[in-house]
Amino acid sequence: MSTADTQKPARRANRRASAIIGAIASFLVVVATTYLGLLAVTFFIGRVVPIDPVLAIVGDRAPAHVVERTREAMGFNLPYYQQFYLYVKGVLSGDFGTSVLTTNPVMADIRRVFPATMELATVGTIIGAALGIPLGVLAAVKRGSVADQIVRVVGLVGYSVPIFWLGLIALLVFYARLGWTSGPGRIDVVFEYTFTPVTGFYLLDAVINRDWAAFKDIFSHIILPASLLGYFSLAYISRMTRSFMLNELSQEYIVAARAKGLSESRIIWGHALRNAAVPLVTVIALSYAGLLEGSVLTETVFAWPGLGLYITNSLQNADMNAVLGGTIVIGSVFIGINLLSDLLYRMLDPRTRIR
Amino acid sequence: MSDTAMTRREWLLTDRPQSRTQARLGRAYVTWRRFTANKLAVIGLVIILGLLFVAAFAPLLAPKSPYIGDLKNARLMAPSAEFWLGTDDQGRDILSRLIYGSRLTLQVVFLVAVIAAPIGLLVGTVSGYAGGWVDAVLMRITDIFLAFPKLVLALAFVAALGPGIENAIIAIALTSWPPYARIARAETLTVRRSDYISAVKLMGASPMRIVLRHIMPLCISSLIVRVTLDMAGIILTAAGLGFLGLGAQPPLPEWGAMIASGRRFILDQWWVAAAPGVAILIVSLGFNLLGDGLRDALDPRSAGQ
Repeated sequence: MSTADTQKPARRANRRASAIIGAIASFLVVVATTYLGLLAVTFFIGRVVPIDPVLAIVGDRAPAHVVERTREAMGFNLPYYQQFYLYVKGVLSGDFGTSVLTTNPVMADIRRVFPATMELATVGTIIGAALGIPLGVLAAVKRGSVADQIVRVVGLVGYSVPIFWLGLIALLVFYARLGWTSGPGRIDVVFEYTFTPVTGFYLLDAVINRDWAAFKDIFSHIILPASLLGYFSLAYISRMTRSFMLNELSQEYIVAARAKGLSESRIIWGHALRNAAVPLVTVIALSYAGLLEGSVLTETVFAWPGLGLYITNSLQNADMNAVLGGTIVIGSVFIGINLLSDLLYRMLDPRTRIR
Repeated sequence: MSDTAMTRREWLLTDRPQSRTQARLGRAYVTWRRFTANKLAVIGLVIILGLLFVAAFAPLLAPKSPYIGDLKNARLMAPSAEFWLGTDDQGRDILSRLIYGSRLTLQVVFLVAVIAAPIGLLVGTVSGYAGGWVDAVLMRITDIFLAFPKLVLALAFVAALGPGIENAIIAIALTSWPPYARIARAETLTVRRSDYISAVKLMGASPMRIVLRHIMPLCISSLIVRVTLDMAGIILTAAGLGFLGLGAQPPLPEWGAMIASGRRFILDQWWVAAAPGVAILIVSLGFNLLGDGLRDALDPRSAGQ
């Protein structure tokens, strides 16, 4: 510290700038290697498939020279590292191949279905955070109280229950028996011709179109699967909030704030939660990424026309291009959120900043 | 009687154990007392022991055949005195299928643990002990795998390898070793500079011997805790794969696949899908409670978090 103080300010700024550039460079290396790793795995999976991609196109009755020519045209006679290079180049330019099932380019299919998945995960995260944070704070402030027990039980069950089973039971109870919500699907067929998607996020589209009848219908469709995902997000967020708050409440600045005579609610919500907010942002981001993944099973149960259902439908039809394309997209978003939350954490927490 | 019990307790808790066995038994006794003080952990242990018991004696416990049902007279029957949990669409007794299914569940968690934990242990200890570029490369690979979505990757693996319970196990194992590598590396880093390692090094032990005989044993306890805590996740992933038709194939009584086949009758014969779900929930809960209890007993530092 003392040597840094005696240095000239210009040199210090210089050193700081180079440190920041170094941090950015290493971050980019991490992003690139992680992404390349993902592509290497999907490339590998695509090559170990027992289905020969050449025979899948020309059929098994094609003469040998046709098979050979197609193999060359598709680049399968090249060494593996060249094939991998071509593969990475294709993926980076958004070319995931063609889906056998829908006959569309996989990228076009994914662009069509992905907003549905994001909408579901977003509403789920909002539900999870809106309920989970207050519950976690309450559990930390009043240890051993009813709220504390609820957080414990909700967490335990959330980590132990199969999401697809809970979805089936929820459909049985809230849709079939009680009739409180709509059933599977995203929107009622009645709106098929009157409702025009703009962004692909139907709730938002209904607001843009001022179509309140459609909004009501969409809401009653999304509320059940989103609550289900929200429950898993709630289990994670409330548990982490409790642990962060317990940590903050044992710090000395809380004692100082009490000594100053601040009200208890001001201390909890204004001071402790504000400091706990930094790691909480990371937790919420990670839970969002987890919900994107959890949507694979949820969408299957609720016939939700998103990426998860697209992947499972393609799986059942051995449509490997579509499966791997979907895997790359979910994997990329997952990696992106992981790294972004890491970056966000460093930016929000002054202690981890580069000096 | 109470006098001998006291002396036995004193013998176990003594500060100056006379032999290695006495010291080990003493440690085990303290850990056991700490573990049993936690009621939830004991419940978890009872659930898992119950699962082992049911799996071991499945042929004796199951009242009916898990594979052959009475298609003519007993399709989709509600729970009754004869069929305690009802029957499925092929007239098979659901309780018997659940009992036999416990064997598949145990098979999955056991094999995944046996495959994934040693991989993680090896990668982590080698990485931590070697340091330098070996560490950098191995940890980068670990981080890459850690950043992947597990279920989606397992799906892609199974899609490539073909559906079946063996492939599901391989796919789950391939996606679950990275956390173990992280833990083993962290443990290795804390001991690699300690005096006893320098001592064995002076005695001329090779790096392989140091890693295998002197570092790996120290990582085992934290690894066991983590593996136990992961078991619930492994069961849920395997059930999810089974539900999607990619895990165990019919007529195997795998719980996830049973939920999938009960799905068509969820509105009228809800028990067909409900019962296997409850079984998964109970067993996962058991592993979670046991794992929490083991963590608190073996590592008192993290207790109460």
